[in-house]
Amino acid sequence: MNTAAFKTLRALAVAAALWTAAAIAGPAAEADPAARVVMKDFMFAPAALTVKAGTVVSWTNQDNEPHTVASDAGVFRSGALDTNESFSFKFDKPGTYHFLCSIHPYMVGTITVEP
Amino acid sequence: MPDTPSFESRRKALKCLAYGGAGTLFTLAGGVLTPIELALAGSDPKAASLGRPLFVQISDTHIGFNKDANPDVNGTLKQTIELVNAMPEQPELIIHTGDITHLSRPAEFDLAQQMLGQLRTTELHTVPGEHDTSDATVTEYFNRFGKASNNKGYYSFDHAGVHFIALINVLQFKPGGLGTLGDEQLAWVAADLKSRSSSTPIVVFAHMPLWTIYEPWGWGTGDADQLVSMLRRFGSVSMLNGHIHQIVQKVEGNITFHSARSTAYPQPLAGEGPGPQPLKVPDDQLPQMLGVTSVSVVKHSRAFALRDSTLA
Repeated sequence: MNTAAFKTLRALAVAAALWTAAAIAGPAAEADPAARVVMKDFMFAPAALTVKAGTVVSWTNQDNEPHTVASDAGVFRSGALDTNESFSFKFDKPGTYHFLCSIHPYMVGTITVEP
Repeated sequence: MPDTPSFESRRKALKCLAYGGAGTLFTLAGGVLTPIELALAGSDPKAASLGRPLFVQISDTHIGFNKDANPDVNGTLKQTIELVNAMPEQPELIIHTGDITHLSRPAEFDLAQQMLGQLRTTELHTVPGEHDTSDATVTEYFNRFGKASNNKGYYSFDHAGVHFIALINVLQFKPGGLGTLGDEQLAWVAADLKSRSSSTPIVVFAHMPLWTIYEPWGWGTGDADQLVSMLRRFGSVSMLNGHIHQIVQKVEGNITFHSARSTAYPQPLAGEGPGPQPLKVPDDQLPQMLGVTSVSVVKHSRAFALRDSTLA
């Protein structure tokens, strides 16, 4: 692997982890996210979701196999989510965010954030 | 933290594993693998005639997994270690082809390291699986096993006249795609092989298969063809991987591809079910679906013998 790319990946991952920590710091954000995505049968459902800026999106793994949620652009990256574990991220900035499961990269999805 | 498996289920699993076992021995000569029946590791006289054991491949130990498919992955790894430690002649190296842990959690890595430390053979070489790099910061594996590769994930070494190449194909995933080696790693392999004689036996190991077994589940490496083309001039090449928790083999010229079993749980055959999830089999069938691979060097020749042993 390209060393520079790897360092970048890790730097992004660290940044994402810090942002994530901020995103899920409030218990309200975790308990009552405005938008939910589940991982079931090796798919994100819904695979495409449109939300307003400022929305907290949660992903919950309903499979017996761990999954992750990782933004292509390194904006967010969860750790491994075991069965029934969740990850949340608050989308403040409008745009299109593509993500995949880093364990099963054929699992893909998109969050579209509108102003 | 995950629930501890019940005493009852653990007792049941261990009872099933207590029955002795058969495995399969593969001799590799001129790039062709030939299976030979085998009793327990080391107890078959034919196995002894195949020369001294060079290394044992352990794969997909998934420490931290605790679901129905195997509620006691620690027990099955321990049994694997005992099987290896009981070999009359100890292998010189141990190779772990990844998914050491299930969730990349520090406690899982700590336990795995402690358990692998019980092997009588102390030289351990690893590559990470995607389960080992699934922490948000991708640091837990490298903090423990990154030294050999200067945190790059790929490295090579020589042992007993054999050239070993460890590769990483679980980091640069593209959406919907297969594993990736990447241009920098491929350029490094080209440089690493450049001055080597074509008669040097080569062993390449990585976590994900280095040939495409089933693309819809990502069972392959997208740019592995470039790697294979660099290896065609060599007389004996073994490409080893884990990831799919079952034995699949392919021979292409002098190159043998071999996918090892897991010590933790089996997975479905390609395309059966919604995805490559843990496969629950009847308890009495589990041991024969778990196992290790050992590779011996045949004296006075440039051939390997691959032997797959199950825990049954």
